[in-house]
Amino acid sequence: MSKKASPGPDFKTAYRKWKEDLYDPARAACPETPDLTTVSGRRLKELYTPEDLEGWDVFQDLGFPGQPPYVRGVHPTMYHGRTWTMRQFSGFGTPEDTNRRYKYLLSHGQTGLSVAFHLPTLMGLDSDHPLARGEIGKCGVAVDSLRDMEILFDGIPLDKITTSMTINAPAAVLWAMYIAVAEKQGVSPRIISGTIQNDILKEYIAQKTFIFPPPASMKLIVDTFEFGAREVPRWNTISISGYHIREAGATALQELAFTLRDGIEYVDWARRRGLDVDDFAPRLSFFFNAHNDFFEEIAKYRAARKIWAEVMRDRFGARQPRSWWLRFHTQTSGVSLMAQQPANNVVRVTLQALAAVLGGTQSLHTNSLDETYGLPSEEAVTIALRTQQIIAHESGVVNSIDPLGGSYLVERLTCELEEEAKAVIRKIDDMGGMVKAIELGYPQREVADSAYWYQRAVEKGEKIIVGVNAYTKEHEPIPLLQVDESAARLQLSRLTEVRRSRNQTRVRETLSDLKKAAADGLNVMPFLISSVKAYATLGEIMDTLKDVYGEYREPITF
Amino acid sequence: MTQKKIRVLIAKPGLDGHDRGAKVICRALRDAGMEVIYTGLRRTPEEIVSAAIQEDVDIIGLSILSGAHDVLFPRILDLLKGQEAGDIPVIAGGIIPEKDIPHLKKIGLKEVFLPGSSTQDIIRWIEDHVPHS
Repeated sequence: MSKKASPGPDFKTAYRKWKEDLYDPARAACPETPDLTTVSGRRLKELYTPEDLEGWDVFQDLGFPGQPPYVRGVHPTMYHGRTWTMRQFSGFGTPEDTNRRYKYLLSHGQTGLSVAFHLPTLMGLDSDHPLARGEIGKCGVAVDSLRDMEILFDGIPLDKITTSMTINAPAAVLWAMYIAVAEKQGVSPRIISGTIQNDILKEYIAQKTFIFPPPASMKLIVDTFEFGAREVPRWNTISISGYHIREAGATALQELAFTLRDGIEYVDWARRRGLDVDDFAPRLSFFFNAHNDFFEEIAKYRAARKIWAEVMRDRFGARQPRSWWLRFHTQTSGVSLMAQQPANNVVRVTLQALAAVLGGTQSLHTNSLDETYGLPSEEAVTIALRTQQIIAHESGVVNSIDPLGGSYLVERLTCELEEEAKAVIRKIDDMGGMVKAIELGYPQREVADSAYWYQRAVEKGEKIIVGVNAYTKEHEPIPLLQVDESAARLQLSRLTEVRRSRNQTRVRETLSDLKKAAADGLNVMPFLISSVKAYATLGEIMDTLKDVYGEYREPITF
Repeated sequence: MTQKKIRVLIAKPGLDGHDRGAKVICRALRDAGMEVIYTGLRRTPEEIVSAAIQEDVDIIGLSILSGAHDVLFPRILDLLKGQEAGDIPVIAGGIIPEKDIPHLKKIGLKEVFLPGSSTQDIIRWIEDHVPHS
């Protein structure tokens, strides 16, 4: 059988006949007719057939798991070798509160930790900063100093568990704290394993927890690549993210293209410093959204692996296969969850999680049903974790690798997304790169346009959301997690105590050394580690860096 | 005599950086013929009130998803009263627990638009409640 199989003219004729004689008349007679577009607005065909795979090549476009083009997965065994990591993003109140929740989740089968910090920490502010009023512990765990990190990981062996930290502008500082906590446990930096999100480009585009201007931010990120390659070899120094870009309103294509182009930008900046791509590329990781459109999402992940492997090998000349692997974490879409009839969210999350698994994710977070109201309650997060466990152990989808491979629809969509994403990547190349594109407001505008389009489609009834613009019902309140005022009080008193009891001279010395190192353009990581060990607070460290790097002010558009 | 356009300030108080909703609202209000001033992210209550007065707006819309509304909204409403601008109606949207709404309304918040609200509902509310001719 030819490897570029074509169904031939008889099939084409038969397909046309089926469409004109059977499908079209039957559809015209139907009272209801769905619009056949994905949540991103991509119009699908009513039926995909062998015709849709004309030109498709089983070696170039499919291959085998663990080999280029990696469409079927980055590892040869995929879930036969190791189930994806069940890694629930988690954090609230004080470090004690969150430590308790981590131990609960680990005892219930979670296999990796993921830290959600509260807004002041995300913005490099201490809990006693004026802007932190009302925000302490509400969106994540409060961390002001190494003392808080010690409590957060108390009783958790950092040589046995991997930890992902969602932190961006201050990522290097929180990483320094984690390294210091591990050392106190007697665990060498060469052993610890985990991830820092550390992806500033998507902050400017979507999540908005930026602090410094782009060049300084990129410099700090390359510092982490350099330091990681040398001193912390098992650590993923970045999680190049599409999740937030998608949540901000992007289509699946925009999520895919902007994420990969962000990745290209990071590799460019690192190479410009003189780093060898094979030294840091194996520790680049990715983070995608698992949104509503089942097949589009699966195709998106497959296209991502294919494009990245090609980029690393052909554009950047990476020689090690590990440099070509797109390894990713997935989170089910927060924005797709609804406040109306929250139990329905369990169903949404299940379908989205299934898409991520069928797409070959290495790590997965499933949202909780109550997250349209607040942070997950214990009951809700347990259901979310069980969702992953049921998929892993009861659904049977892990019994064969890339089970949707060969589906006319999935393969066609994979190719389309690949082609279209490459065109967007070229467009951003022509603009002068991603930092330039961000300065021009290009990705931000694209995301805002898509968000507006989608809202109008929902309000016109073109997109049905169960419980919201269809199948509505009287609202019934559900129990919610409360973050107490006492969390703020405890955090503030601990911060006061840390400031009072530390060696003030040492704090001043380390911050002064840090400032000089930053101003001289040195790799700041060793200086950050010294500062955090002296119990300089996050705010003090970030203020020191702000003095050197300045602060970014976003142009106001909508 | 042409109708004066309704001037709206859309503000993001506190540290919350989620601006998808606020930006969608800004566009929808502009498309509906209103003048929209968007404060951008991470504004203090003082900055928001100052902008509202300087821009001479007819209504203020606060967007917040961080849970800090319990501290920030009373501060904003107090500052407005203190600066003789307590007659500017203030509405809000985002993640605001229903149990907090009665108290917020008692201290002066006029309406809260929860997740699932349509831009058309918000436009209609503004047109119905803001004098603008």
